[in-house]
Amino acid sequence: MTITRRRALLAGAALSVSLIATACGSPGDGGQGAAPAQSTSATDQEAALNAGGTITVWAWEPTLKQVVTGFQAKYPKVKVNLVNAGTGDDQYTALQNAIKAGSGVPDVAQIEYYALPQFALSKSVTDLTPFGADKLEGTFTPGPWNSVRSGTGIYGLPMDSGPMALFYNKDVFDKHDIKVPETWEEYIEAARKLHKADPKAYITSDTGDAGFTTSMIWQAGGKPYQVDGTKVAIDFADEGTRKFTAAWQQLISEKLLAPINGWSDEWYKGLGDGTIATLVIGAWMPANFESGVKAASGKWRVAPMPQWESGGKATSENGGSSLAVPEASANKALAYAFMKYAGVDEGVQTRLDAGAFPATTAHLNAAEFKDKKFPYFGDQQVNQVLAEAAAQVVPGWSYLPYQVYANSVFNDSVGKAYISSTTLDDGLKAWQDASVKYGQEQGFSVQ
Amino acid sequence: MTATTRGPLVIRHRRPSPRRRRSVTLTVLTSIMLIYTLLPLAWLAINASKTQEGLLNSFGLWFDDDFALFSNIATAFSYDGGIFTRWLLNTLLYVVAGAGGATLLATIGGYGLAKFDFPGKTAVFAVVIGAVAVPGTALAVPTFLMFSSLGLTNTPWAVIIPSLVSPFGLYLMWTFAVDAVPREILESARMDGAREFQIFFRISLPLLAPGIVTVLLFTVVATWNNYFLPLIMLKDPGWYPLTLGLSAWNAQATTAGGEAIFNLVITGSLLTIVPLIVAFLLLQRYWQSGLAAGSVKE
Amino acid sequence: MVATVPRARRSWAGWRFVGPFMAVFALVFLAPIAYSIYLSLFRTQLIGGTAFVGADNYLKALADPLFWSAFGNVAVFLVVQVPIMLFLALLVALAIDSGRLYGASFFRIAVFLPYAVPAVVATLMWAFMYGTRFGLVANLSDLLGVRLPDPLSADLILASLGNVVTWEFVGYNMLILYSALRVVNPSLYEAAEIDGASQFRIIVAIKLPALRGALLIATIFSIIGSFQLFNEPAILKNLAPNAITSSFTPNYYAYTLSFAGQQYNYSATVAIVMGVITMIIAYAVQLRGMRKEV
Repeated sequence: MTITRRRALLAGAALSVSLIATACGSPGDGGQGAAPAQSTSATDQEAALNAGGTITVWAWEPTLKQVVTGFQAKYPKVKVNLVNAGTGDDQYTALQNAIKAGSGVPDVAQIEYYALPQFALSKSVTDLTPFGADKLEGTFTPGPWNSVRSGTGIYGLPMDSGPMALFYNKDVFDKHDIKVPETWEEYIEAARKLHKADPKAYITSDTGDAGFTTSMIWQAGGKPYQVDGTKVAIDFADEGTRKFTAAWQQLISEKLLAPINGWSDEWYKGLGDGTIATLVIGAWMPANFESGVKAASGKWRVAPMPQWESGGKATSENGGSSLAVPEASANKALAYAFMKYAGVDEGVQTRLDAGAFPATTAHLNAAEFKDKKFPYFGDQQVNQVLAEAAAQVVPGWSYLPYQVYANSVFNDSVGKAYISSTTLDDGLKAWQDASVKYGQEQGFSVQ
Repeated sequence: MTATTRGPLVIRHRRPSPRRRRSVTLTVLTSIMLIYTLLPLAWLAINASKTQEGLLNSFGLWFDDDFALFSNIATAFSYDGGIFTRWLLNTLLYVVAGAGGATLLATIGGYGLAKFDFPGKTAVFAVVIGAVAVPGTALAVPTFLMFSSLGLTNTPWAVIIPSLVSPFGLYLMWTFAVDAVPREILESARMDGAREFQIFFRISLPLLAPGIVTVLLFTVVATWNNYFLPLIMLKDPGWYPLTLGLSAWNAQATTAGGEAIFNLVITGSLLTIVPLIVAFLLLQRYWQSGLAAGSVKE
Repeated sequence: MVATVPRARRSWAGWRFVGPFMAVFALVFLAPIAYSIYLSLFRTQLIGGTAFVGADNYLKALADPLFWSAFGNVAVFLVVQVPIMLFLALLVALAIDSGRLYGASFFRIAVFLPYAVPAVVATLMWAFMYGTRFGLVANLSDLLGVRLPDPLSADLILASLGNVVTWEFVGYNMLILYSALRVVNPSLYEAAEIDGASQFRIIVAIKLPALRGALLIATIFSIIGSFQLFNEPAILKNLAPNAITSSFTPNYYAYTLSFAGQQYNYSATVAIVMGVITMIIAYAVQLRGMRKEV
C-alpha cells in the first residue's frame, strides 16, 4: 500500500498537498499522494491515469490488500490505490457524497449485497453487461449472483458470500448434554434446556438486527419485498415471515436471548466464555472467530442451519459484498479488469488463503478448499458444511432499493419487540409502515 | 510579563496574599467529584495494559496478570505499517494550524467586540448565535459539496479551515475582555497616539492571557477530538486524525474477516489523551502568572 | 454587552478586529446555511428528481411527530441536565478557586480530563460502566445484593445520557467559570475579609456577580449543546440500539434523514427549524442576562 501511494505522489501530487506534507515536518512518505487521485478535479485524475494507469478502490475488506499486491505484480503498469474509506454505512455515505459532488469518486467500490440495489436503481453504479459480466453466470453461486442483478443489468461482481450456518460451542453443548439442533423447534428446546441448566448461558444473542432478521425470513421462505423497477410491495405478514416470528417470539418472550449487541467487545467475550452458545451467521465467520475469539479455540463447530421442516435443506445469505464500478469512474475498463481479478481469477485464491469465503462455484467445489482442516474448529472440515450451504440458498429473495435506509430505522420499530411487550409481528408491521412511507416519499409506487 | 504600562494607569495594587488555611473537609467533598470524573479514565488506563484476550476475560477495574501496556504501545505504533504515527502527526498539524488559528481569530474578534463600538455590532451576535444554533450534522453535506467544488475535500484544508472558527471562543473572549482590559488603559494609550493594533498587542494581549489560555485549551481539545467533519471530508486514512483512525480500528472488529483489536483501540486512546494532559499541564501556569497580569502591575 | 462600552468610539475600527473571524465564519457557517435554506425549498426524490416545493418542507416539519418527540427529549434534557451540570461546575470552580483545597491544580486537570476523551473510547468506557452483565453496574449489583436497574433501558436512557454529558462537560464549564474567577482582583477579597465578611458572603457578594458573564455564555452554549445533542446518543446507540431511536434528538433525526435516507432537503429543513427555535431561546436568555447586568 505504501509503495503504491508513494508512486502516486511522484506521479502528480498537487502542490498544496506536498507543501503541507513538508510544513508539518513529516517526511511525506505515506498516504498523502492518494489525495489528488480522488478529490481534485477530473482533469487531474485523468492526468494521473494517463501517466500511470491508476485506479482507486474503496474497500474495507482486509484481504484485498494482498489481492492488490498480486494484481500489481501481474500487471506492473497498473497502480491500484486501495483506500479504506470507512466500513459499511460510512463508506456508502462517502460514496453518495462523492457522487453528488461529482468528484473524488473511486473507480471500484465495495458494496454489500443489501445496499447494491440502491446504487443500481439510481444508476450510480455501472451496468457491467457491456464488459462481459453476463458471461459469468454460472461462475458464481446463485445467492450472490442474484444479489448483483437488478432487472436486466448486472451491477457488481460478487466478492464473497455468506450462506448461513449454525456455529455452536461444542463444549457447552456437551457439558449440558444438548444435541445439535437440526430444526428450529429443536433449537428452541436447546435454548430452554441450556438456559435452565446455566442461567448465565444463552443459546445466542440478539438485540434486533435487520440483516439477521431478513436473512431468517429469507430462509423460512418469506418474501416480504417484491421489487419491480420502481414498483415495490412490502408485506411482513406472509407465511414465511410468520414462521420465523412465531419461533423467534418464543425465544424473546422467554428471555432466552442474551441481550448483548453483536460485534461489541462484550459479544466477543460472550463467544469466548460460553455465554453465547451458538451463532446463526454467514459463512465468512470463521476468520472472525480465529482472530477475535481466541479464548475458545478448539471449542466451536459448524453445522447446517436449523430447518423449518425436518430433513429440509434451506439456507439464506447473510452479509457479503460485491465490487461495483461507480458510473463516474473514468477508467471503467481497468476497474472491471481489477474486479474480475479479485472476484473470479487469481485474486480469489489469494483471498481464500487469507480466510475469506468465496462466491465462485469452482473454488467452493475445489477439493483443496473443502478438505481444509480448521484447527480452530477442532480440525473440522468446516468448508464441507459451508460450501453445501452455499448451494442451498432459497431463491427469489430481493432487498428493497432503499434497504440502507430501511435497515437504519429497523431498531426504531422492531427493536421495541426486544425491550417491551410489543410483539415481533407488530414491530415488523411498524417497520413495514415506515418503509412504505419512505418509499412513497421517494417517488416509488408502493403497495 | 511584557506589560510595561506606566504609573498613572495602574488601578490595582499588589498586596501580600494571605495564606489561606487549607480545608480537609472541602478537599474530601470535592474528591467525590474527582472519583466521578476519574473512574472511567481509570478503566481506560487499566485496560490499556491488557491484551486483546485479557481485555475480554478479566475484571474491568483491575489489572490482568499479563501486564501488556508496553507491548500494546509498541504494537499500536507498528500496526498496519506504523500508521498510528501518521495519524498522530496529522492530528498535531490540525491542532497547531486549526486550534492556533482559531484562538487567534477568537481573541482578536472577541477583543474587537468588547472594546469597540462599530456599525453592525449587534448583528454579529445574532448572526453568530443563529448560525451556531443550526444543528451541524445537517450542514455536513452542504459543506462537503461546497468544499468539494473548491477541491478541498480529502486535503488537510478540509479539516483545518472549519476548525479556524470557534464561536464559543469568540464569546468567551468577548466577555473576558470586557473586564480584563480596563477602559482607562486603552483611553490613555490612545491619547498617547498609539495605534489600535499596537495597543492590542502591547497592552491588551498580556491582560487577556488567562482567557487566551482557556480558549486555546478548548480549541486544542476540540480540534484534537474533531471527528464528524473529518469523517465526512477525508477518505484517505493517510490524512486521518487520531479519532478517525481509532474509529477505523474499532470498526475492524465489526467486519467479515476483520481482526478485533480492542486492545489497540484502548491503548491508542490512552496515547491520544496523554498529549492533551501534557498540553494542559504546560498551559496551566498561565492562569497563575497570566492573572497577575490582570491585576498587578507596578 | 453593547451597553458595557458606552464610551468607545463608534467607528469601523472594530471591524478590523472582528473581520477575520467573520470572514472564515461566513465560509464555514453562513455559506452552508444559506445553501441549506435553498435546499429546504426543494424536494428531491430517488424517483422523479427535484422539484421546488416552497414552504412544504417547513409545514411538514412542524407537523412531524418524530421531530416533536425528538424536541421533547432535548427539552427535558435542557431543563434537567443543564442546571445540574452548571451547578456542579460552579461548586467545583468555587472550591478550586477558594485556595483551600489540597492539590487544587490536580483537581483542576482531573475534572477537566473527561472532555479530552474521544468518542470511540467513551463508548467502550461507558459500555463497561453501564454493563449489567460484566460491567460496573453488575459488580455493584452483586456487592449490594440488589438487582440494579439497567441504565440502558428505555426508561433510564435519558438519565444515563445526561450522566455521560455531565461527565464530559462539567470540567469544561468548570474551567470557564474558573477562568472568570481568576480575573477578580484579589484585593477585593482581602478588603472583604478585613471587613469581617464570611466566605459565603464573599461568594455571594463578589464571586457570583463576577461570574455573571461567564455563566451567561456557559448557559447559552449549554442550551445550544443540548438542543444539538448528537454525539452522545450516537455513541450510546451502539449499546442501546432499541432505546435510542434514529430520531432520538433533532440533530440525530437530521442525521438519519440526511445520511441514511438521503433526504437532504427535509434534513436541512429540520435543522433550520431547530436552529430558529434554539436561536430564539438563546437570544431570550441573552437578553435576560443583559438586563441583569445593567
